[in-house]
Amino acid sequence: MSSLLFVQILNGLQLGVLLFLIAAGLTLVFGVMDLINLAHGVQYMLGAYLAVTFYGLTGSFLASLVLALVATLAFALALELLVFRQLYARDHLDHVMATFGIILFVDQGVKLVWGAAPLSLPVPELFSGSVTLMGGLLYPVWRLVIIGSGLAVAVGLYVLVGHTRVGMLVRAGATNAPLVSALGVNINRLFMLVFGFGAMLAGFAGVMIAPILSVEPGMGDAILILAFVVIVIGGIGSIRGAFVAALMIGLVDTLGRSFAVDVLRLFMGPSPARTVGPALASMLIYVLMAIVLTLRPAGLFPAAGR
Amino acid sequence: MKRIGFLVTVALAALALTPAQAQDKLKIGIITTLTGPPAVLGGQLRNGFQLAVKDLGGKLGGREAEITVADDELKPDVAVSKVKGLVERDKVDFVVGPIFSNILQSIMKPVADADTILISPNAGTSNFAGKECNPNLFVTSYQNDQVHEVLGKYAQDSGIKKVFLMAPNYQAGKDSLNGFKHYFKGEVLDEVYVPLGQLDYQAELTRIAAAQPDAIFVFLPGGMGVNFVKQFRQAGLADKVKFLSAFTVDESTLPAQQDAALGFFGGANWAPNLDNPQNQAFVAAYEKEYNAVPATYAFQAYDAAQLIDSAVKAVNGNLSDKNALRAALKKADFKSLRGKFTFNNNHYPIQDFYLVKVAKRPDGKFQTEIAEKVFTDYADPHAKDCPMK
Amino acid sequence: MVEAAPIETRAIAAAARAGVAVPGLIFGVLAALPAAAVMAPENYLLALGTRIMTFAIAAAALDLIVGYGALVSFGHAAFIGLGAYAVGILASHGIGELLIALPIALAASVLFALATGAVSLRTRGVYFIMITLAFGQMIFFTASSLAPYGGDDGLTIASRNTLFGLPIFKDPRTLYYIVLAALAGTFFLCRSIVGSRFGRVLRGAKENATRMATLGFEIYRFQLVAYAISGALCGLAGFLLANANDFVSPAYMSWQRSGELIIMVLLGGIGTLYGPIIGAAVYLLIAEFLSQWTEYWQVIFGPFLVLVVLFGRGGLVGLFAQLTGKRHG
Repeated sequence: MSSLLFVQILNGLQLGVLLFLIAAGLTLVFGVMDLINLAHGVQYMLGAYLAVTFYGLTGSFLASLVLALVATLAFALALELLVFRQLYARDHLDHVMATFGIILFVDQGVKLVWGAAPLSLPVPELFSGSVTLMGGLLYPVWRLVIIGSGLAVAVGLYVLVGHTRVGMLVRAGATNAPLVSALGVNINRLFMLVFGFGAMLAGFAGVMIAPILSVEPGMGDAILILAFVVIVIGGIGSIRGAFVAALMIGLVDTLGRSFAVDVLRLFMGPSPARTVGPALASMLIYVLMAIVLTLRPAGLFPAAGR
Repeated sequence: MKRIGFLVTVALAALALTPAQAQDKLKIGIITTLTGPPAVLGGQLRNGFQLAVKDLGGKLGGREAEITVADDELKPDVAVSKVKGLVERDKVDFVVGPIFSNILQSIMKPVADADTILISPNAGTSNFAGKECNPNLFVTSYQNDQVHEVLGKYAQDSGIKKVFLMAPNYQAGKDSLNGFKHYFKGEVLDEVYVPLGQLDYQAELTRIAAAQPDAIFVFLPGGMGVNFVKQFRQAGLADKVKFLSAFTVDESTLPAQQDAALGFFGGANWAPNLDNPQNQAFVAAYEKEYNAVPATYAFQAYDAAQLIDSAVKAVNGNLSDKNALRAALKKADFKSLRGKFTFNNNHYPIQDFYLVKVAKRPDGKFQTEIAEKVFTDYADPHAKDCPMK
Repeated sequence: MVEAAPIETRAIAAAARAGVAVPGLIFGVLAALPAAAVMAPENYLLALGTRIMTFAIAAAALDLIVGYGALVSFGHAAFIGLGAYAVGILASHGIGELLIALPIALAASVLFALATGAVSLRTRGVYFIMITLAFGQMIFFTASSLAPYGGDDGLTIASRNTLFGLPIFKDPRTLYYIVLAALAGTFFLCRSIVGSRFGRVLRGAKENATRMATLGFEIYRFQLVAYAISGALCGLAGFLLANANDFVSPAYMSWQRSGELIIMVLLGGIGTLYGPIIGAAVYLLIAEFLSQWTEYWQVIFGPFLVLVVLFGRGGLVGLFAQLTGKRHG
């Protein structure tokens, strides 16, 4: 049982790390530019699709990763120039409608280009296979790679945001954007940088998950909602909050799904437990969010001055 | 709706016994899912039906066929709205569809209220097979439970002792596992219900590995199945645990699953390699036309078109006498691609079922192939609750 | 958020200009629609019109809190679901009386609104959006697990509600006019609420919560009542939707549906009450007719939404006001 718990904790970490990669960009864009970008999940989907295409062309995972990142960055910058730049000064609700329109467009566009059938990307040869953990349980190496790279990104972001000039501007922007602008910083360039970087992180998440999940139209929509849950629990604009909340959500969701039925069996018969358990497990993260927001209406790590 | 008028208007008036009616087009409304990932299944349904109409020279029962395709978006209320459009606005003679059970539940009443015939080329729920059977509903697929029972019977007969079961947490998922257990009497180590649409199965795979079953039986349709199969293979379980499934590995998912699904088992009433001349011609024509291997959705829709063709022919194109039309449909006087096919009293098929196995063809494409016949002339058990004779 | 106020004032100005004309036109068209049956088969037209008006009720109800209270609920489909499930669950127990089903549908919606609103209204902005989503999802998953009532597959309603045994919802034309009456009732109720002292406090709280609080208003209570009214009206929409479709399903309360409601409000024009009615109609008509033309209709619809945002401040109503030349600023 304890080794099973350990593996499930690893699974929770993996989901959390994935959510963090997506939520980091979302929370930065939201915090710095005060922009609600529902189309952030689209970048995740595009990352996965582009990786599949580039893998077909090059046959190398590394090459397709790099190319997909460059392509998602280019797409994000094009979007920023065409649409988002017009939106910064607008109402939140205008962001919602415009970015919803972008979701519809890209989801269907992906279907037009790649077809509706799910696609897949093989696990890179070097990282295929499993390692044996304690208790004789196997764990796929690729998932460990995801955890590792996600943690590396988290550390990188911590250094970048906490200890560089750009990071200082980003932090200042999250707290008081007009002030940063007034200090003579080219706010447009900063916005573009943050937007492109956030989109690229989501694209990275899409590429990394493609060997595990099927690549299909609309794959970014459900994960976007989870990413929003993460940034709201963490406190908008806070990378640290996003990291903590992503791991919380990942662990709660995974452990809930794994053990809800077993826990409920202590209180009720196996048959009702099987019915109630999964419904309860699906709800758990939303219950968690409701509790957190009830106790701390601006999330766990609210950015100062907001 | 897209009017795929097969305007092969060769004026074969001489052939038509009742010229006045023969001039009218036969209107068919297809309701299927074309939005989101399940669009693959919905597309197969539409393609299969259109291929049949093309093979029949653009005509069904001697009347030129006009096909209207509607997308239910997998939303029950949208489906109701679209179906009302088909029966009220387009005045279609037949509604063909849908893919999903919950859509069937929602559209049965509006179609029946308009006294239009509904041919379901995929969804076959237990309620409409039993107490709520409907004279206007004809199912060319199967009663859903039967596919799961194939695997249960096979597991029982082949001496598998310990199984691990998994399905999505909704009615069809519960029916699935009950269908399996109907024939399997060995030890069920655990039953796991996952949320519908779950993508990552690492948590469940960990449990499976810890439980060490002889076989698993899963019902994970569409994208869920693609993900699970890949992750099952990655977790290194494929060599240790026999993979039995329903609606999890088929030609709609295999292009994404590929080698990961090789050797995995499913249950079906048909497979692309089923050996009869009509079927071989169908598979070849489908692959040529749509550049994909057909799955059951396509073949059952093809049969639906053949069924309509046979019945309209039998009533000489006169659809005003619904009783005569229903009687003609019930006869199922056509050559099904699956071979033997008759309707039971509940308008669900009596047919053979097979264990199928995923194989790689010499041309590199993947398909399911018949491994062994599990049931012969198998009727669903709900038919006895149906008051229709 | 800097621009929020001018948009708002402009929308209100547009609303004032439009006065009674636009709503009058809308209801005139809707009342005359069945007569237009020569152009399309009547039952189809009635069914489509009924569907549009049902969603228009929900959208107008949502506008009451979004447009006048800045409370963007991302869980309003839950109320549609509650209203619909009240009909479905009662019908499955053989209770088809409107005078039982409707009060229960409304009461369930109000109770849910009071319970969740009490918690949600402690938060602001995006946090409010997300916490309402959370409650919406909870009710969605609950409905999906209601095995006795069809679970995820949903529940067919054998017969529609009756009034004293009279099958008033049976005839599509009667149903159409009942839904039209409900929409008109919703619209005028919301309008009178907005114009009342209650509505002024609500709007005042949107502009400047602190000021209203110092004036001695307990904003929280006002917002909670508005949230409950809005929820109840959505419950009414769900009640009608269930009767029109003869079917209820958890899909009625998915987060996608909540999102669609928000889009309907924004597309039509927030803070106008009649804008969302137009928004619901345009949204559903585009979905209906564009999807007949191509299965890739969202490739067109998506950019259309973006363009409406970029060029029409205040949705279609705002766009119309700009095009008719009354430009400000």
